Amino acid sequence: MVADVLVIGAGVVGCAVTRRFALAGAKVVMLEKGADILSGASKANSAILHTGFDAPSGSLELSCMQAGYREYLEIRERFNLPVLETGAMVVAWTEEQREKLSEIERQAHENGVPDVSRLTSSEVLSREPHLSRNALEAVLVPREHVIDPWSPFLAYMIQAKALGADFHFLTEVMGGAFDGETWTIETNRGSFRARTVINCAGLYGDRMEELLLGHAHFSIHPRKGQFVVFDKAAARLLRTIILPVPTERTKGIVLCRTAFGNVLVGPTAEEQDDRTRATTDEATLRQLVEKAEEMVPGLGSMPVTAIYAGLRPASDKKHYRIRVEPDRNWITLGGIRSTGLTASLGIAAHALNLYRGMQEGRSSSIEPVADPPEHPVRNISEEMPRDWSQPGNGGIVCHCELVTAREIEEALNGALPAGDYGGLRRRTRAGMGRCQGFNCQAHLAAMSKDRLLLPMAVSEVPA
Amino acid sequence: MIDPRYDVAIIGGGPSGLAAAAELKARGISRVVVIEREAETGGVPRHCGHPPFGIREFGRLLTGPAYARRLSAMALRSGAEIRTRTAVTAIKPGSEDVTLHCTAPEGVITLTAGRVLLATGTRESPRSVRFTAGERPLGVINTGALQAYAYLEHLAPFRRPVIVGTELVALSAILTCRSLDAQPVAMIEEGPRPVAPSGLFLYPRLLGIPVMTGTKLVDIAGSSRVDHVVVEDPDGHRREIECDGVIFSGRFVGEAHLARMAGLDLDTGTGTGGPEVDQFGRTSHRAIFAAGNLLRPVETAGWSFREGRKIGGFIADDLAGRLGETGRERRLIAGDGIRYVMPQWLAGGAGGMSQIQLRVSRPVGGHLVAEDAGGREIYRQKLSALPERRVLVPQPPLAGGTGRITLRIVE
Ligand SMILES: Cc1cc2nc3c(=O)[nH]c(=O)nc-3n(C[C@H](O)[C@H](O)[C@H](O)COP(=O)(O)OP(=O)(O)OC[C@H]3O[C@@H](n4cnc5c(N)ncnc54)[C@H](O)[C@@H]3O)c2cc1C
Ligand SMILES: Cc1cc2nc3c(=O)[nH]c(=O)nc-3n(C[C@H](O)[C@H](O)[C@H](O)COP(=O)(O)OP(=O)(O)OC[C@H]3O[C@@H](n4cnc5c(N)ncnc54)[C@H](O)[C@@H]3O)c2cc1C
Repeated sequence: MVADVLVIGAGVVGCAVTRRFALAGAKVVMLEKGADILSGASKANSAILHTGFDAPSGSLELSCMQAGYREYLEIRERFNLPVLETGAMVVAWTEEQREKLSEIERQAHENGVPDVSRLTSSEVLSREPHLSRNALEAVLVPREHVIDPWSPFLAYMIQAKALGADFHFLTEVMGGAFDGETWTIETNRGSFRARTVINCAGLYGDRMEELLLGHAHFSIHPRKGQFVVFDKAAARLLRTIILPVPTERTKGIVLCRTAFGNVLVGPTAEEQDDRTRATTDEATLRQLVEKAEEMVPGLGSMPVTAIYAGLRPASDKKHYRIRVEPDRNWITLGGIRSTGLTASLGIAAHALNLYRGMQEGRSSSIEPVADPPEHPVRNISEEMPRDWSQPGNGGIVCHCELVTAREIEEALNGALPAGDYGGLRRRTRAGMGRCQGFNCQAHLAAMSKDRLLLPMAVSEVPA
Repeated sequence: MIDPRYDVAIIGGGPSGLAAAAELKARGISRVVVIEREAETGGVPRHCGHPPFGIREFGRLLTGPAYARRLSAMALRSGAEIRTRTAVTAIKPGSEDVTLHCTAPEGVITLTAGRVLLATGTRESPRSVRFTAGERPLGVINTGALQAYAYLEHLAPFRRPVIVGTELVALSAILTCRSLDAQPVAMIEEGPRPVAPSGLFLYPRLLGIPVMTGTKLVDIAGSSRVDHVVVEDPDGHRREIECDGVIFSGRFVGEAHLARMAGLDLDTGTGTGGPEVDQFGRTSHRAIFAAGNLLRPVETAGWSFREGRKIGGFIADDLAGRLGETGRERRLIAGDGIRYVMPQWLAGGAGGMSQIQLRVSRPVGGHLVAEDAGGREIYRQKLSALPERRVLVPQPPLAGGTGRITLRIVE
């Protein structure tokens, strides 16, 4: 069988693209080398749905972000996806930072985010009474929100699957050739044929171009971000996302609530060559905690729940590395560095336009699906009712995050079952709470036995 | 949902909660409920598949699971109501009663009680809290999870783990590994000497497990499963140890989330991490008590059992209007050389726990002295102790009077 489109990679971009093309009536094959969706750069981010107020004006990035933002808010209720309407404040802590606030406000207006406004230090404190008294002034961005960074993509992929998209996990693209009409893509699990390839390989986007086009038009320079997550008790100390005044180099350290009722501080911005190792280090984590305490002193007595790190697929340039090779039926959606969560739906829509452009005058045509199925996913955020409050939930398995047996079963059995422990965690939050699996991990290993592509336990032992 | 009212609701069905329930029933309290989130009561011993448990309570040497079953049977026989698979999600103290919000397979349940006993126990610090560097592969777990893999689920999470820490529980990690046919490749300890009595470390050595003191875990490597770790010795030399798992043992922390969310005063910083209590186990809210390892890291099951029984008795006294004043007359402060003191408060009135429990923060030799707010010495005892070892001070010499008392070490 020859698919219309072959998508490489199931990060936020690949998932949104798979859905968009499936909705457009294309026959889509998605290949992912991990055991589950979101196992690359997309598994670890700050989960902010950006308005684009500070994105480069007039850029493709800005338009994709804003389109992605709009589409998310438009479809989220139908998929049962949460949004925390936190708003954000860019807080000036020094005179020097304060001087930059006008420029931030001006750029926000230019970027079509008209509702930003200035807050005096007393307005800042009345909005955020637990914030340090050292805040001088702030720019308020009311529509900067926080989302669940995983469930949307599960919802998109379930929809794509219902529309006939075909997924292959633990399937690594290793080579391939284009014969002028059709691509044959070689993987560790056989070959796949498609007329068009869309490269959404994130941290390996340049490698895919080298491998399949012979040369890469950009190079990835991973940029690591480390985070510390505070206990849920900390969520009472903060409503609004606290953003720093950015410097030339980085957007800086953010303090915000998460959709799961915690408070998060991060990310750092550390350049590295390694594309796989997203490591944390002790000194940096301690600095992050200190930084968080400087902003909200009450965090000092709050326990830490989790630590993590993610790698941004940054490239040698700041902007998105989106490229069409019409002669080779090829689209690269690369270098989606630090706004991909927000922009994914917008990038997907843009990719479809690029594809249509490429198809113009060609015979093959695809027809959008009328009345596509929209399956709501289970809410795992603290913003909407959770399964533990409903009868018949099977009882709690993960106590810290109140994950029920029914939720675990669904994650293991559902339309797009979890492929590994990470996928199970991202679908349900099991094991992500303050005990980090002390209480539930063995139970999860037993429940998921013979049901994950990558099992949790190494063997059974006689009772 | 019906809104049952209890005289006492006990949150947590481990050794301390079950002992308290039995004592309350023995003292004639009519409506006592134990609320346990797991499918079975018994607490941590449910998954400690090895002895020694139960010698003082039942006069027999038992494994943890056998001990847990005996405790559960005892509590049932006492006539206490046992509600398993029910997790308390919030405690809301009211003017009369305390309301407990719970979740169970049938959904949300609320109930009220005149007194609440928090007996939610303790757990080990996970890797995240220790800020251990590296990647986040599978196979990085605590001893508690390891025990559950081995004794409850009969699964092996790895074959060749490194054990971090040398508290007693690290020896349980070795025993548990052996039951899985897993061979620990090293035991590493940041401090200069093992935390548990050093004689016990003959055991790992006999099994060929090197015990590396003054050694810090500085990197965990592996994308899917653990591939190796990197350790650093006191001279800053680093080396790789090949392994497929890491067991983070010990560094116990109380399961204090409910207490924190209920707004109870907690002994934070270098304190116990649990709720602050007086000698009757009363927290900063007069109707809420605490017992067992939630009170402090960390004691044995037998200790927690006896503590539960005692505090159960104080609750019975309180319901009969016979407990001393609720005022918090004396504050006990952990001074130089002391990591924590429990109870943190002494209310007026005689009785209560007969001993103050504390831990030293460094190896000490000399005297433990207690001084009042004016710097006057009111008590002194000889003391040589290591951190993490039980230290007891008689309560009566400190009781009576008001103001703070600082306990400190004079070397
Ligand atoms: C620290 C941090 C904070 C962030 N915060 C935010 C935020 O608050 N808001 C926001 O909007 N964005 C944020 N982002 C950005 C966002 O996470 C990224 O832009 C996004 O995850 C990039 O997704 P991707 O799909 O391009 O890449 P990836 O997620 O890496 O997806 C690529 C996929 O391709 C697969 N793959 C690679 N090679 C092959 C192969 N040969 N064969 C098969 N499959 C292959 C990989 O396994 C991977 O799953 C943040 C990012 C980081 C790191
Ligand atoms: C890994 C590990 C190994 C140990 N090994 C030993 C050993 O070998 N020997 C020994 O003497 N001691 C050992 N201990 C010490 C152990 O803590 C005590 O033995 C004893 O179990 C303490 O009793 P407890 O009643 O205070 O708490 P626990 O036994 O911890 O019981 C607390 C109970 O409360 C329940 N609970 C908690 N929160 C809620 C809630 N919100 N709603 C409902 N129920 C809740 C829990 O499910 C649990 O059953 C070990 C501890 C650990 C963590």
